[in-house]
Amino acid sequence: MPLHVAVATRAFKRYSTYVGATLAGIFTNCVFGVIACFVYIEVWGQSPDAGGYDVTDAVTYVWLGQAMIMTVAIWGGGTPDDLAQRIRSGDVVIDLYRPVGILGWYLAGDLGRAAYHLLTRGVAPTVVGGLLFDLRYPADVVTWVWFLAALPVAVTVSFGLRMLAALTAFWLLDDLGPRMLLGFAALFFSGLTVPLVILPGALRDVAMVLPWATFLQVPADIWLGKRTGAEVAEGLAFMLGWAAVLLVACAYVLRRAERRVVVQGG
Amino acid sequence: MADAAVDYYRIASLWVRSSMAYPASFWMMAIGSFLMTGLDFVAIWVLLRNVDELGGFGLTEIGLLYGATGLGLAFADLLVGRVDRLGQMIRLGRLDTMMTKPVPLLVQVCADEFAPRRFARVAQAGIVFVWAATYVDWSLPRVLVAAEMLLSGAVIFFSLFVALACVQFWTAEGTEFANAFTYGGNQVTQFPMSVFPAELVKALTFILPIAFVNWYPCLYLLGREDPFGLPKVLQFASPVAAALCLGAAVLAWRFGVRHYRSTGS
Repeated sequence: MPLHVAVATRAFKRYSTYVGATLAGIFTNCVFGVIACFVYIEVWGQSPDAGGYDVTDAVTYVWLGQAMIMTVAIWGGGTPDDLAQRIRSGDVVIDLYRPVGILGWYLAGDLGRAAYHLLTRGVAPTVVGGLLFDLRYPADVVTWVWFLAALPVAVTVSFGLRMLAALTAFWLLDDLGPRMLLGFAALFFSGLTVPLVILPGALRDVAMVLPWATFLQVPADIWLGKRTGAEVAEGLAFMLGWAAVLLVACAYVLRRAERRVVVQGG
Repeated sequence: MADAAVDYYRIASLWVRSSMAYPASFWMMAIGSFLMTGLDFVAIWVLLRNVDELGGFGLTEIGLLYGATGLGLAFADLLVGRVDRLGQMIRLGRLDTMMTKPVPLLVQVCADEFAPRRFARVAQAGIVFVWAATYVDWSLPRVLVAAEMLLSGAVIFFSLFVALACVQFWTAEGTEFANAFTYGGNQVTQFPMSVFPAELVKALTFILPIAFVNWYPCLYLLGREDPFGLPKVLQFASPVAAALCLGAAVLAWRFGVRHYRSTGS
């Protein structure tokens, strides 16, 4: 366990060296947040309870979305990208003979990365959004606790999906295609483009049970108080369920992939 | 100029061949980028299921705005999409290598990693534009304004890509900062300007002239009054805005190259 904590801490530090990139990223998040807010204010101004949200919920949702992009790595990135590169270059061999499981090692690194992105690109745009617009905050301490507990689970679900895409590099050599398709699915089904709650009927029902719903929609509904009591527990169980399924799938694919490794050169 | 185009074509074809080396990945990427850019329009469609119009504009009118800005960005991205990696080329020392070659530097930088999948973005925006155009009451002046709009839109985004990439001559971390203006500009112009506050619209007209990519010419194509009451002459001014942007971008690029000192590591 302390080893994984050390891996996570290193990942946190590694990302924290790029101060300029972080500031530029925060600026970009804010620009996109402001644009979306004006559009949502217009929509909810005409249709004040679309998807069961009021205009304050909708505007808050925009900033939660901006905060999650990098934290949950909605578009991809994070440690699975490093692994994919190591598969292409053959360095993955070193990972395979380390006396530590690959999955745990990379997951720890990704959680460290997520912690850094939460504290910078999660918190900063939310603060800016709060200064520019009227936002809704969690009603009590318990809600805060549940929301914060949901975040590492969301990162783990996202990690599982990104890892599966990265592992295709063992077969395809180039994992850009799968990564892009995954990014496309995540962008829409996470609810980043539009909140899942305003999708039409059947599409909404499907989107709500897919793993991407854990990225933004479920945590946002906890934050906004749309889920209370048993519904919070239900939401967290849903997230934990996807996290477990995806990690098991990763472990299985990884075992199959290990047999494919051919050490070149020498 | 013709030489530069030939050089560009040669470098680009090398990259096309390289990206076809992994066909499975190529097709997934092409389909992926087609769908990914299309999702923005699906999102607008979802929003318009909840309301009749946005800022006084219906779905087909927004489709025209969306298609026009999408095509502008797609053409610019097709030609110079990788100029935003300038910082990376500097860090890896590749820019120094390029400077020793007898091909204009900007051509080399822009043609680097030319990706044929970028045609997917052109196709997707084109489909929405053509669909929305069937709802326009066409006349000869409107056809001319439409042609001039698409050309100016591409030039404005092209200039933004190049000018913002110049920031990376000084700081290698400018990519995300540039995205706020290029992709952010595209995001803003996907919606009618009437959704935004008047100050923002004036800034996007007179400071960073992104509104000329589609908003003003589309007002003319749709025969609509300017909701902010700005002069009608702006509806024909896109080429002027594009020329100014291009001039600024060329100056920025020359200034950047002249002051560039390798990373020296």
